[in-house]
Amino acid sequence: MKVLITGISGSMARGVARHLLDGGHEVLGIDRRPWPDAPKAIEVFRVDVRKRPAEDVFRTHRPDAVIHLATVTYFTARRDERTRINLGGTQSVWHHCARYGVKQALFIGRHTVYGAAPDAPLYRTEDEPLLAGTTFPNLADLVAADLWAGNALWRYPDVRTAVLRMVYTLGPSRRGTLASYLGGDRVPTVLGYDPLFQFMHEQDAVRAIVAALETRAHGMFNVAGPQPVPLSFLCRATGRNAVPLPGPLFPRMLGRFGFPRMPGASINHVKYPIVVDDAAFREATGFAPEYDEGETMEAFRWA
Amino acid sequence: MLKRLTSPTVAERLERIDVPFNRYGLDPLGISRRHLGPFLSMLEVFYRRYFRVQTVGLEHVPPSGRAMVVGNHSGGLPVDGGMVMASLFLDMEPPRLVHGMVEKFANNLPFLSEWFSRVGQLTGLPEHAVRMLERERVLMVFPEGARGTGKMYKDRYSLVRFGTGFLRIALQTGTPVVPFAFIGGGEALPVVYHANGLAKLFRAPYFPVTPYGLPVPLPVPCRIHYGAPMRFEGDGTEPDDVIDGYVQQVRARIAALTEEGCAAWEAAGGVWGGER
Repeated sequence: MKVLITGISGSMARGVARHLLDGGHEVLGIDRRPWPDAPKAIEVFRVDVRKRPAEDVFRTHRPDAVIHLATVTYFTARRDERTRINLGGTQSVWHHCARYGVKQALFIGRHTVYGAAPDAPLYRTEDEPLLAGTTFPNLADLVAADLWAGNALWRYPDVRTAVLRMVYTLGPSRRGTLASYLGGDRVPTVLGYDPLFQFMHEQDAVRAIVAALETRAHGMFNVAGPQPVPLSFLCRATGRNAVPLPGPLFPRMLGRFGFPRMPGASINHVKYPIVVDDAAFREATGFAPEYDEGETMEAFRWA
Repeated sequence: MLKRLTSPTVAERLERIDVPFNRYGLDPLGISRRHLGPFLSMLEVFYRRYFRVQTVGLEHVPPSGRAMVVGNHSGGLPVDGGMVMASLFLDMEPPRLVHGMVEKFANNLPFLSEWFSRVGQLTGLPEHAVRMLERERVLMVFPEGARGTGKMYKDRYSLVRFGTGFLRIALQTGTPVVPFAFIGGGEALPVVYHANGLAKLFRAPYFPVTPYGLPVPLPVPCRIHYGAPMRFEGDGTEPDDVIDGYVQQVRARIAALTEEGCAAWEAAGGVWGGER
């Protein structure tokens, strides 16, 4: 199968590309950023998914499947930029898929789109509403992209679409949202709150994406790994220095005194859990994580 | 430090509890063995020493599998919930962990939010109730809700309106309902006034005030009377009037158990009773 990966220079995308290559697939990629030591067999086009040259990659190479990984968060891009990349990019990719006969497309989203709130249930299923647009406005563009990709299920019936809402990934690459949060000298937590955090090993995340592709998954799916653990335990097990801050102080301390730079609204994600139910995905793809919560935290800690 | 606050009885019983802890003592719902120890040890002191709770009819609670214990609320704070939790953990063989359905405001409050999530007392959402029962846990339900703990002293043994959601969930998940009556809560924490301004401050449904001011329970002996399990036919999609009929049956059983419990409580000496 010929697979096109958008955002291929990202850490998770590289893993997916290598995994697919080993599995005998033909892989090509699109990214504005370079991938200097890319395997020879993988052709990388240094173009922007929203621009005309990207469409030409679809037109001339005619991939069978597309994995859309070109999305960004507040850790890497500014707001107007995020909306253009996340929503605009998703729109163009599915448009091209429909136009150039792509049979299957995967949108790789995040479980944080469900949003954290004091009265939200644990283990949310795919039919729960996405609250992050209100509880965490900095995620509004990702919520919009997720919903737009979901629309593609009926808008482009010839493109077999799956939307994967993946939990945080953790592992030796030390890349990703959770790694950025845990990565500073001090990890800011909120005094008196200790939510469950759900994460999976980055290699398991790669395997999950490949499983969705190979089983031709169709629909919206939560993708998770081992059982969630409390944030305080996550910090202890990864050897981080958690500093509980009183709630009102929390937004003021971010970006100072060795705390990571994050939007103030992220406080909800540090006070309340976002835990998803991945039963539908396991059922549809037969996926099961290889790393448990302990091994995943250790892999991140000792990288 | 938390380990030193755990009594030997609690530590021994925690080893036999029906919670699927992983190797770190954490379960998939976030329940932590480290936190359960001191929490249940604190309840033990209240259960055995402070309220000297007498429990009758524990044989009616299934020793394993899903169940719903359903009872009356009394007293300005959910002391009854803690004591029911203690009774199933300390006096049942094997010990069982009860999951309450906590008022939504508690999750907004620091420390309360953290502790309740670690000891299995989750926000009272239907999704949580169904998930717990599907995991074969025991759910504790006070169908009167905050209306029940908000009762004034004079109304302590009258039942206010029952919610019906619990019965639909019981039918949907095929769960037996074990009725119980809690006696003594109204005397332990006599509420004479609701300070609504303070309640607003904590976003709580009410703030109880007692004749002596603070909402601190008095060391009054309490009783819990469990009744035979009730099973109802259906799948939870029945019309409201059918469900209402079932709820009234549960309510009547709780009222009868309350009467029985009150008589036994008076016979034992009322507020001055109990072993010292």
